[in-house]
Amino acid sequence: MGGNGALVRADGLTKRFGEFEAVRGIDLDVRPGEAFGFLGPNGAGKSSTMRMISCVSPRSGGELTVLGMDPDRQGPRIRARLGVVPQLDNLDNDLSVRQNLHIYGRYFGLGKAHLRDKAAELLDFAQLTERADDPVEPLSGGMKRRLTIARSLINDPELLLLDEPTTGLDPQARHLLWDKLFRLKQDGVTLIVTTHYMDEAEQLCDRLVVMDNGRIAAEGSPGELIAKYSTREVLELRFAPGTQQDIEPLVADLADRVEVLPDRLLLYTADGEAALAAAHSRGVQPLSSLVRRSTLEDVFLRLTGRTLVD
Amino acid sequence: MTQTMMRSELEPAGLMFRVLPTGMYAGRSSVLVERSYLVNKRAWLIIFSGFFETLFFLFGLGFGFGRMVGEVAGPGGTPISYVAFIAPALLAASAMNGSVYDATFNIFFKFKYSRLYDAMLATPLGPLDIAIGEITWALIRGALYAGGFLAVMLGMGLLTSHWALLALPAAILISFGFAAVGMACTTFMRSWQDFDYVQLALMPMFLFSSTFFPLSVYPEPLQFAIKCFPLYHAIEIMRGLCTGFVDLSMLGHLGYFAAMVAIGVTVAAKRLGKLLLS
Amino acid sequence: MTTVLARQATGRVLSPTRASLLVVGGLWTWYRRNWRASVTSGFLQPVLYLVALGFGFGSQVTASPATLGLPYVQYLAPALLAASLMQVAAFESTYPILAAFRWQRTYLAIASTPITPSQVLAGQLGWIAIRLSFTAVAFTLVAAVLGAVTGPGIILAVLISVLTGMAVSAPIVAYAATLENEGQGFNVIFRFIILPMTLFAGTFFPVDQLPGWAHPLVWITPLWHGTELSRDAAFGTLELWPTLGHLTYLAAVVGVGVYLGRRVFNRRLAV
Repeated sequence: MGGNGALVRADGLTKRFGEFEAVRGIDLDVRPGEAFGFLGPNGAGKSSTMRMISCVSPRSGGELTVLGMDPDRQGPRIRARLGVVPQLDNLDNDLSVRQNLHIYGRYFGLGKAHLRDKAAELLDFAQLTERADDPVEPLSGGMKRRLTIARSLINDPELLLLDEPTTGLDPQARHLLWDKLFRLKQDGVTLIVTTHYMDEAEQLCDRLVVMDNGRIAAEGSPGELIAKYSTREVLELRFAPGTQQDIEPLVADLADRVEVLPDRLLLYTADGEAALAAAHSRGVQPLSSLVRRSTLEDVFLRLTGRTLVD
Repeated sequence: MTQTMMRSELEPAGLMFRVLPTGMYAGRSSVLVERSYLVNKRAWLIIFSGFFETLFFLFGLGFGFGRMVGEVAGPGGTPISYVAFIAPALLAASAMNGSVYDATFNIFFKFKYSRLYDAMLATPLGPLDIAIGEITWALIRGALYAGGFLAVMLGMGLLTSHWALLALPAAILISFGFAAVGMACTTFMRSWQDFDYVQLALMPMFLFSSTFFPLSVYPEPLQFAIKCFPLYHAIEIMRGLCTGFVDLSMLGHLGYFAAMVAIGVTVAAKRLGKLLLS
Repeated sequence: MTTVLARQATGRVLSPTRASLLVVGGLWTWYRRNWRASVTSGFLQPVLYLVALGFGFGSQVTASPATLGLPYVQYLAPALLAASLMQVAAFESTYPILAAFRWQRTYLAIASTPITPSQVLAGQLGWIAIRLSFTAVAFTLVAAVLGAVTGPGIILAVLISVLTGMAVSAPIVAYAATLENEGQGFNVIFRFIILPMTLFAGTFFPVDQLPGWAHPLVWITPLWHGTELSRDAAFGTLELWPTLGHLTYLAAVVGVGVYLGRRVFNRRLAV
């Protein structure tokens, strides 16, 4: 931890809004070239952290350096080298797609000739070349999101911050975006992503922190986190709501750990099929059963006792 | 199934509406009025402030200008004080502005942006309930403004005839005419840009329909053009009733508004049905 | 881990002036695409008021000391110039600001670039001043063609009117930036501040026709200072001390507005 050249380093970073403490002293370290994730439910403090890193929100306490500089004192210099994709699109709906890229690029002090080429390249990247001169307003949600991402790349940022990049998009649009982000990572762009989707975190992130209630609950690669906080497989047993608690004692010893959810039991075990066979042999009759691999959702459940999306 | 119950629930209130396709009208317009009342109860300041707009014009121009011009030619050519000249015209103009605003901006916003009507049409309510309900609310609001303004005029001694008793119903008819036509126009609008045309129609009418100076200022051909505008007729009605100068031409002016109501309501109902139920 | 390519971002920090000018440039690009909506309120309305009230109503007014001995339309024109710019300024400082903070969040986008919140404000106010200048020049040309202009002093009146507009704009921009709702407060501004100012602050008739208790109220309005200056400039009757007094007042209101605006913009764009 803490090697030289960390692009972002936080130490006891805190953010308060009046009485409310949104971020409660977090430590982190984002290395060049990696895709770093914040996973957590809404209200965990991810967006507040992102806004502090993107130098649009002064910290309330602790230390923070971004690209080796202090955001409070060198905000504009840091922002000149960042790309930011906010949670809510803030495109200018009254301008054309191309104009959105152009104007935004001008704010980075980029020349018009350079921007002409750069905009063409980014339109191609975002698959929006055919819509270049259309207004933004009628674009689909996925297209607007791609445009926002293209816009964030106008200054060839060293660090790209994406706040909930695929929230509200349909599955197809999400996969398309993940594909784009993956390409960026291969080009050497360091990514910081917040998400409350565990599949997104697994797809995109080399390393992530699980955030809950303004604190970091765990840190590691998706594989490490699953290995550390969950078992290889999970057996899900579904029952009529209200009856599952009564079954729990019958199967408790079949798994390393059992979670009781409103309509089902989750049995954490290395071998789900074996546990299912054992349960059947004890006369347990679930409405349905499923053996699957552990996911980050299970990690989160273990760490916080709650589910990510509710 | 529940069809028998549904049919009795949906029985239209008036005979007139039975000729319309089913589903257009459920006789529940009052719900719209109730909703507007609930919403506006919280925004009473805005309603109240709209009333002041007309008062400011009356005091600002009536008295400020009044000192500069003394008397002007009123209905029938009799000279009257400038305040007495301008007050009925401001009343008519405020009826126009208020009801057109209600019937265009407000309805367009609910229609396009808050999708309020979509939610309503998912209930037994039909497009005609919506049209009638919204226009009724516009009229209630217009009547409140007109009543308040007439009270101020009475206090200032500007109502000099018993005919003025009819000024309130006349103001409601004027509001009705503008609201109906405004709503019909709204059904043709596609974006906010189109509302520029509303402004473009209202502002010159407000300034040139003999509101601030007598029609005789204009050369003949222009006088004729001004007489085509609805606001001119509204002002003639209000001026006549407030000063007691009433003759047969009043029927013509009233007829103009009756026609606006008829045409506006017919077009609005047809278009709304098409837009909302397609 | 993969070896890291040394990426070098192309963005850079700009001088405050250049940064603000870029914000102006962004708004100008927007305007070139969306200018149509401003023709009615920004150009047609002032001209129609001049024709209707200056000529139409003016036909009922005989030249008198109240009109400084001039035909009414000539008396009205320089003051209507200031009043019209005030109205355009008020409009440009309300909904567009709210939209940039809340509806489209375009300011938030700019704030994530090297541009600072203060530079965003400077650019926005600069753009409003340019818009006002367009309106002023267009109005003045039309007024001149219609014979409502008495002499070259109107050129000075144009500058004064733009300053008057900014004295209305800067505080309203600061207010609009504080709003968390959909702008219901704007109705109050338009109806209880802008409209009474238009009607009572000496544009259409001399202030001394109002009752005495109302005079101090008129004196605190930026528009009164604007119309006084604008008329004096247009008619060539400027006097040193009153002129300085009016200019100081208008500049002070602009200053207070900018000061408040900077505070609010910094608070809203760096939370």
